[in-house]
Amino acid sequence: MKILVPVKRVIDYNVKVRVKSDQSDVDLTNAKMAMNPFCEIAVEEAVRLKEKGIATEIVAVSIGPKACQEQIRNAMALGADRGIHVECETFPESLQVAKILARLVEQESPGLVIIGKQAIDSDNNQTGQMLAALTKMPQATFASAVEVEGDDSLKVTREIDGGLQTLKLSMPAVVSTDLRLNEPRYAKLPDIMKAKRKPLAVMSTDELGVDITPRVTTLKVTPPPARSAGVKVETVAELMAKLREEAKVIS
Amino acid sequence: MSILIYAEHDNKHLKSETHKLVTAATQLGDDIHILVAGLDCAAVAEQAATIAGVKRVMLADNPAYAHQLAENTADLVLDIAEGYTHILAAATTTGKNFMPRVAALLDVVQLSDIIGIESQDTFVRPIYAGNAIATVQSSDAVKVVTVRASAFDAAQEGDSVSVETLATVIENTQVTFESDEMTKSDRPELTAADIVISGGRGMKDGEHFAMLERIADQLGAAVGASRAAVDAGFVPNDMQVGQTGKIVAPQLYIAVGISGAIQHLAGMKDSKVIVAINKDPEAPIFQVADYGLVADLFDALPEIESALGS
Ligand SMILES: Cc1cc2nc3c(=O)[nH]c(=O)nc-3n(C[C@H](O)[C@H](O)[C@H](O)COP(=O)(O)OP(=O)(O)OC[C@H]3O[C@@H](n4cnc5c(N)ncnc54)[C@H](O)[C@@H]3O)c2cc1C
Ligand SMILES: Nc1ncnc2c1ncn2[C@@H]1O[C@H](COP(=O)(O)O)[C@@H](O)[C@H]1O
Repeated sequence: MKILVPVKRVIDYNVKVRVKSDQSDVDLTNAKMAMNPFCEIAVEEAVRLKEKGIATEIVAVSIGPKACQEQIRNAMALGADRGIHVECETFPESLQVAKILARLVEQESPGLVIIGKQAIDSDNNQTGQMLAALTKMPQATFASAVEVEGDDSLKVTREIDGGLQTLKLSMPAVVSTDLRLNEPRYAKLPDIMKAKRKPLAVMSTDELGVDITPRVTTLKVTPPPARSAGVKVETVAELMAKLREEAKVIS
Repeated sequence: MSILIYAEHDNKHLKSETHKLVTAATQLGDDIHILVAGLDCAAVAEQAATIAGVKRVMLADNPAYAHQLAENTADLVLDIAEGYTHILAAATTTGKNFMPRVAALLDVVQLSDIIGIESQDTFVRPIYAGNAIATVQSSDAVKVVTVRASAFDAAQEGDSVSVETLATVIENTQVTFESDEMTKSDRPELTAADIVISGGRGMKDGEHFAMLERIADQLGAAVGASRAAVDAGFVPNDMQVGQTGKIVAPQLYIAVGISGAIQHLAGMKDSKVIVAINKDPEAPIFQVADYGLVADLFDALPEIESALGS
C-alpha cells in the first residue's frame, strides 16, 4: 500500500509572528521556517506503518514556493521514499490545495492519505476534509490512533470535544493527525544525506489543471488586542480579596 | 440573505454555541434557519425553535445522523443548501469535521473560526495561533463559515416557531461508527463555563487534578488543562485548552502550573480576568495575567480551597 503525505512549510511553532506595519500581512522576513508539526506527525505515522510492513511506499507532497523542497527533503530524511513538489509562487488556499492533492491522488492511487489536521499559520483545519469530499474517500479527522485491519479496512480513534470516537473506514481513506497520534522522531545525519538522493518530481499547477487564483482577499492583518501584565499578589489571601472586591469575578 | 445554522447538540440538549451563532447570523440578515440533525433529538429541535430571531427549524432525525459523521452530515446540509447565502456551524470538532466538505462540494472556500463579521462577505478571524487578526473578504456566492462561539453573546429566548421534519436519509457505507468513550462530568462544559481552572505539567500527575476539581466545585467552574498535562496522561484530551484544543473566554481563567506557551495562550487570552499561579516568576503566563501569584501550587491550592470554604 502506498501512503501520500502532504507536508506544509510554515513558520516554526516556537516563533511568535509579527504583523507588518502597513497591516498587509504578517512579516515572515528571516523567520525560521519548518514543517508544520501536524505534518511531522503524519510522516511519522506513515513511517511506522512502513516499518510494520503495512505500507510499501511513502510519497511526500508539498505545494508552494521552491523553498518547500526543504520540507520534502526533511520528510524523506524521516523515511518518505520520494517527493512531489507542486511549485507555485505563493501558498494556495486550502480548497486549491485539496484540488491539487485530489489530482495527485488520481495519479498515484494511494491506499491512505495521512494529512495534518491544521496548518499552524492559517489555522484553517480544512484541507483533509475537502480532499476526502472531492475524491469520495471516507475521512477520519483528528486521529489519536490508527489501526490498519487487513487490506482494505481501517480503525481510527478520533479526539472529539466530548472525548474519543472510534470509526471504521474502508480504504482508500483520508486520515488527519492530532497531537497525540505519535511522537515524531528526529532525522539522523546519515538519513539526511541519503534523502538528498531520493527522487523529487516538480510539477506546476497548470500541469495539474488547478486554477489557483485566490477567492479570498485579505483586507488587513492587525495585531491582536494587547493584553498587559497585571499585578503580582503576594499571598492567596490577597489574591482572593482582589478577585472578590476588585475584579468581582467570585462571590 | 438567508442563513442556515447547523445546531450543536448531543441529541438531548441544544448547546449554547447555537444561541451564539444566532447572534452572529443576525449580523448577516434576518432569515435565519436552524438544522438539527441527530437521532431521537426532537427535544433539541424544540429548544432551537424558541431562540429569538429564528424563522424556521428543520429536524432530520435518523440513525444515519446519530454520531454526526462528516459524510452523512455534509450531504444532508448540501441537500438543503440551495437558496442559502450563508451556512454557519460552530468551530467545534463537529463543525470542523463536516463543514469543509460542504464548502468543497459547493466549490467555495471555507472561512474558519471567525470572531467578527464586518459585512455580508467580510469576516474577521485569528491566524498564527491568534498572534495576528485577519480581515478577509470572500468572493464566493455562498459563504461557508465556522464560528468561534466564544466571540459572540448568546441570543435570547423568544416566541416558538414550528419544527419541520426532513425525511432525507443519506448514509455513507464507507465509514461506520464503532464506539465512543465520552468523558463524564457534572461540571459545566469548558466552553460554556463562567470560570475555568486549568492545570499544566506542574500538577505532576492526574491524581493532583483532584485539588483543582474541588476548587472548581466550590466555584461552579469547569476544569481545563494544557497540552503537556493531556500528553502526559493526567487528564483526557477533551480538556485541552489552546490553539489546537478548545478556545475559552470565561469571566475568570485560573492557570495553575502552566508556563504560558503561545499555543496555550491562543485558547484563553480572551478571558476577562486571568489568574496565574506558577512557582517560576519568569513564566510567560504572567505577561497576560491580571493577577499573578508566584508560589508553589501545592501550597497555594489548599489555601484557596479553604479560603473559599470559609
Ligand atoms: C502544533 C502544536 C500545537 C499545540 N497546541 C497546544 C494547545 O492547544 N494547548 C496547549 O496548552 N499547548 C499546546 N501546545 C504545546 C505548547 O507549546 C506547550 O508545550 C504546552 O502548553 C506546555 O504545557 P505546560 O505549560 O503545562 O508545561 P510546561 O511548559 O512544562 O510548564 C509547566 C509550568 O509549571 C510550573 N510549575 C512546575 N511545578 C510547579 C509547582 N509545584 N508550583 C507552581 N508551578 C509549578 C513551571 O514553572 C512551568 O512554568 C502545542 C504545541 C504544538 C507544537
Ligand atoms: N501548501 C501545502 N502543501 C502541502 N500540504 C498542505 C499545504 N497546505 C495544507 N496542507 C496539508 O493540509 C493540512 C491542513 O492544512 P489546513 O487545512 O490549511 O489547516 C496541513 O497539515 C498539510 O498536511
